[in-house]
Amino acid sequence: MDIKVIAEVLFFLVLVLLVAKPMGNFMYLVFDGKRNFLSPVMEPVEKFIYKVSGVKDSGQGWAEYALSVIAFNILGLIVLFAIMMFQQFLPLNPQGLKAPEWRLALNTAISFVTNTNWQAYTPESTVSYFTQMVGLAVQNFVSAASGIAVSLALIRGLVRKQTRDLGNFWVDLTRSCLYVLLPIAIISALFLVWQGVPQNFSGYTHAVTVEGAKQVIGQGTVASQEAIKELGTNGGGFFNANSAHPYENPTPLSNILEMLLIILIPAGLIFTFGKFVHDIKQGRALFYAVFITFAIFIAGAVYYETAPNPAFAKGAAVTNISAKDIPSEGKETRFFGGASPIFSVVTTVTSCGAVNNMHDSNMPMTGFIELFDMQLGELIFGGVGSGMYTLLLFALITVFLAGLMIGRTPEYLGKKIGPTEIKLTAAASLFSGIMMLVVSAIAVYVPGAAASTMGSVPHGFSQMLYAATSTAGNNGSAFAGFNANTGFWNLILGLNMFVARFVPMILVLMLAGRFAAKNVTPVSVGTLPTNDALFAFMLVMVILLVGGLTFLPALSMGPIADHMALFSGIR
Amino acid sequence: MDNKQENKQDKKQMNSLVIREALLNCLMKLKPSDMVKNPVMFCVYIGAFLTTAYFVYTAASTGGKTMDFFTLHISVWLWLTVIFSNFAEALAESRGKATADTLKKMKKDIFAKKTESKDSTQFTMVPASSLRKGDLCIAGPGDLIAGDGEIVKGIASVDESAVTGESAPVIREAGADRSSVIGGTRVLSDMIVYAITSNPGESFLDKMIELVEGAVRKKTPNEVALNILLTALTLLFLLVTATMQPYATFMKQSFNITWLVALFVALAPTTIGALLSAIGIAGMNRLLRINVLAFSGRSVEAAGDVDTVLLDKTGTITLGNRQADKFLPVKGVTEEELALAAQFSSLSDDTPEGRSVVVLAKRRFNIRQHEFGAADKVNFIPFSANSRMSGIDMNGEKIMKGAAESMVEFVKTLDKNCVIPEDLHSLVESVALKGSTPLVVSRNAKLLGVIELKDILKGGIKERLLQLNLMGIKSVMITGDNPVTAASIAAEAGVNDFLSNAKPETKLALIKKYQDEGHMVAMIGDGTNDAPALAQADVGIAMNTGTAAAREAGNMLDLDSNPTKVIEVVEVGKQILITRGSLTTFSIANDVAKYFAIIPAMLSGMFPGMAALNIMRLASPSSSILSAIIFNAIVIPALIPLALRGVPYKAQSAAKLIRTNILIYGLGGVILPFIGIKLIDMIVVALGLAH
Repeated sequence: MDIKVIAEVLFFLVLVLLVAKPMGNFMYLVFDGKRNFLSPVMEPVEKFIYKVSGVKDSGQGWAEYALSVIAFNILGLIVLFAIMMFQQFLPLNPQGLKAPEWRLALNTAISFVTNTNWQAYTPESTVSYFTQMVGLAVQNFVSAASGIAVSLALIRGLVRKQTRDLGNFWVDLTRSCLYVLLPIAIISALFLVWQGVPQNFSGYTHAVTVEGAKQVIGQGTVASQEAIKELGTNGGGFFNANSAHPYENPTPLSNILEMLLIILIPAGLIFTFGKFVHDIKQGRALFYAVFITFAIFIAGAVYYETAPNPAFAKGAAVTNISAKDIPSEGKETRFFGGASPIFSVVTTVTSCGAVNNMHDSNMPMTGFIELFDMQLGELIFGGVGSGMYTLLLFALITVFLAGLMIGRTPEYLGKKIGPTEIKLTAAASLFSGIMMLVVSAIAVYVPGAAASTMGSVPHGFSQMLYAATSTAGNNGSAFAGFNANTGFWNLILGLNMFVARFVPMILVLMLAGRFAAKNVTPVSVGTLPTNDALFAFMLVMVILLVGGLTFLPALSMGPIADHMALFSGIR
Repeated sequence: MDNKQENKQDKKQMNSLVIREALLNCLMKLKPSDMVKNPVMFCVYIGAFLTTAYFVYTAASTGGKTMDFFTLHISVWLWLTVIFSNFAEALAESRGKATADTLKKMKKDIFAKKTESKDSTQFTMVPASSLRKGDLCIAGPGDLIAGDGEIVKGIASVDESAVTGESAPVIREAGADRSSVIGGTRVLSDMIVYAITSNPGESFLDKMIELVEGAVRKKTPNEVALNILLTALTLLFLLVTATMQPYATFMKQSFNITWLVALFVALAPTTIGALLSAIGIAGMNRLLRINVLAFSGRSVEAAGDVDTVLLDKTGTITLGNRQADKFLPVKGVTEEELALAAQFSSLSDDTPEGRSVVVLAKRRFNIRQHEFGAADKVNFIPFSANSRMSGIDMNGEKIMKGAAESMVEFVKTLDKNCVIPEDLHSLVESVALKGSTPLVVSRNAKLLGVIELKDILKGGIKERLLQLNLMGIKSVMITGDNPVTAASIAAEAGVNDFLSNAKPETKLALIKKYQDEGHMVAMIGDGTNDAPALAQADVGIAMNTGTAAAREAGNMLDLDSNPTKVIEVVEVGKQILITRGSLTTFSIANDVAKYFAIIPAMLSGMFPGMAALNIMRLASPSSSILSAIIFNAIVIPALIPLALRGVPYKAQSAAKLIRTNILIYGLGGVILPFIGIKLIDMIVVALGLAH
């Protein structure tokens, strides 16, 4: 492997290490209601918002918290759907775009509310600037904030004792937006504008190329949306080509920034958790478990994307490809080397879904890594907030299995894990995986559904599995080449995104409520340490084992079969 | 010696009986209504039906021309998997049943001497089953006690070996903390009158029979939780297998149903699913073997969670009584002189303290017990609460010992002008400061010095407390002593904390306080005033010698009445959980190797390149799948001994324990099946079971 590529990977990993902890500490101050450097500016705004909206910072029980989350999101869903359906009557529509087909609009509305940003539509030719800004971008903020809020409720449930108070959703939501999402998004947007990302209300530019072909070049409020797209692990591009489009991601610098923005909050929240539980080592153990797995996935993807494709050796005689060439289809030349595979792993582990290259064109094993990243449950950093609570669910399962082996009723952070807790934990952590399997299986029997894929070959299967996986994982990235915009796929994938987002959320809040009501068992040498390297190791093993056992059969029929055929030469 | 051999033979006989009964029962348990109680094994059971039906169907539809022997082999091994699981449970249960049978024999044909009043000696013979609460019965030497009761009159030595297995007789007497008697035990000497305290069917013996038979065995919370996780995983793997068929359909292919069932069974956590209930039952039996009866499985599990143990000082940490430890003479008196006087003063003293003075004198200076001649005029002066001293008047010489102030006053009555040694006061003070009791000795009007009476730690208690510490369990000593005394003993024994000046109410308050802080508390108690605390504790172990009230309040009963038993109980509780966890980890870790056996075998027909993933180089797809299923089946009986005995447990920190167990059951669980499946594959091919 090229030394430059290795340096590129290491540089990015070091950047993640550098930003995660300070970010986590800052978020702890914000979410625990402590003073921070933004307080002088934001506190008056925050107070004003509460005054206007009538929010009182009073503790909510799990049911009240859950009701707030669901009500807020359902309302958001209705508003977003309405905006799309009426966009032709609304301002900021220089292209005069009409309302999309209702199933597409519904799919898109669910997609943005659930922080998935699965895009069955082509943005340039489907949504107006108004829809982008007032509809989609707003959800980019609040869907991320909703995820953060739920993770905070679970953390509080684990920390507090004998109470029903999990904090207040409206306060958590407001603080997420005011102190974390907005400031970082604004600064990043300015940075992107500097790098050449457009920010305007102009109509599309019509140009004639050197060869004389006519070209329509999209314009719009790209920079402001680009920043939150990454920061909120949303991933819904302003343009169809997403971050592979030069207006969304023009330079190597913007590429690094975008990757870093994606991982910033999910990585930081793990340290925030450590602060909340008054044991930084607890957060550190979880962080390194996730970080090392993340690094291994990157190494795998980078390896396969920078090594020659064995098929080239055979094809060299008939094409201009030499056996030593690395796979380049679906990639911008700007993002050669490590930039594309790193981005692919970053976006799939975090449930972001932005892409700077076409995943469908990657080598089979890279496709495998991308699929597996999502199938693990979006917890290797994971989505904003959702990654944190899913990671905690797996920590609970790990504690349950390992805790028995030390001869005590398993407990995490002093909270005993009884029958009800394990029921909720298992249901919440396995739910999205189950949806991935079920939706892809159902599609097989729906007439015409398979026509969206390449057909009855492993790669065709991978495309279908990817669609079910990406939506249930609330990731939103696509295996290009899959035609998502059909009535059936819009409905079933919409449903998939919806249930896979909110069912686990409600279960997590129930769990948080159960934990909050419990007393805390004091730590002694008889307590299973959950803040050391061994626990981090066990956690990784449990995550890989549960994910592997669940998805290896399916993956064997998709990317693994492709890979084995390609590398063994036996088809 | 003879007895031991007989015992061994008995055990052997019992074992073969137990196994025979278990074999029978494991087939009986194949009833669907029994199978459905264990979701993991129920799914295997359904799978066995499916493959068997598939075999019959293919044979029948081709008129017997094609026999799918592969499916037949798989079916046989699936049935065996289910039967092995049932056998594990039946074996665990039958051990308890055998004990129950001997108890039941004991219950039969007891007659009672019923009487009308406790002062009457008149009685009528009635069958024990006709007795009701409150009836009075008489029992003399050789009589069986007809039912659980409370002695209202008399004292007797009772042989309780039938219930406790302890052959030494115990003393039971009216009005004390040892007033209760158990139905089925035998009076050896003396006569007692006792009042029946339980109606037929509710007696201790009945309860015990029920318990060991496992009739009332409820799943413990942790077992329920583990069962939920295992069921969730089973359902997940069911789905994983079931979706394989649609995926194959997408490729315009299909899988053989036998393969799919095999994949599912290999993935499902069958090993732990099969052994789960056996582990729980065996744990209760292990408790029984150390002579502890747990009234609920919940309490056994709680024992594993205990992190605070309350121990009574007297009888648990120290021997029942204080003992002479040192002779401290005043200036001008030799130690031997003091010892001789002390010995004389204690000759009439029959209390353990008194005897210990005699023993100490002999040990230190070889002073033999004095033989009085016929000419000696000996007059013993017994201890009285009033005088607070005791001693001897030998030929007019008064040799006394007693509390310091009483002694000083006493010598003054003998000789008004006697001199009180200057250093006496400081000697007495220093002994008292150490937490020991000073006794002053005098010969006539001369004060000789001080005997230090000290609490003596029970043999081995320090080591046991250290073990508790290693397990992360805090030991708290409860004593009625003053704080000074308590602190010195606490430090000597190595307990983590102590409660001095304790009263029964303070015990209860202390338990509540610990529980509020999130601790799980265990205690042992025997007296009636222990009952509230016993009931409040998470694990309350009542001593068999205790009062009926205490025995009612506890959730465990120690038949040996050994206060340090709590440590063993905690160990058994932990062992059950460790065994469950280790076998679960092992079971899930096994799946990795099974995947490498089955997935390439299933898919290499569809995608030839997949054959490269057959890293064990198993002979053929059918031999790989069969080997995986055979391994999956035989690992169950192979682990039955471990499940019944429990994973070895040594007191150590959780961090060390987890490292060891992860290595053995996690890593071992990954590696072992690779070797096992490969070996079985070689055998399967050699035998021609698959090609």
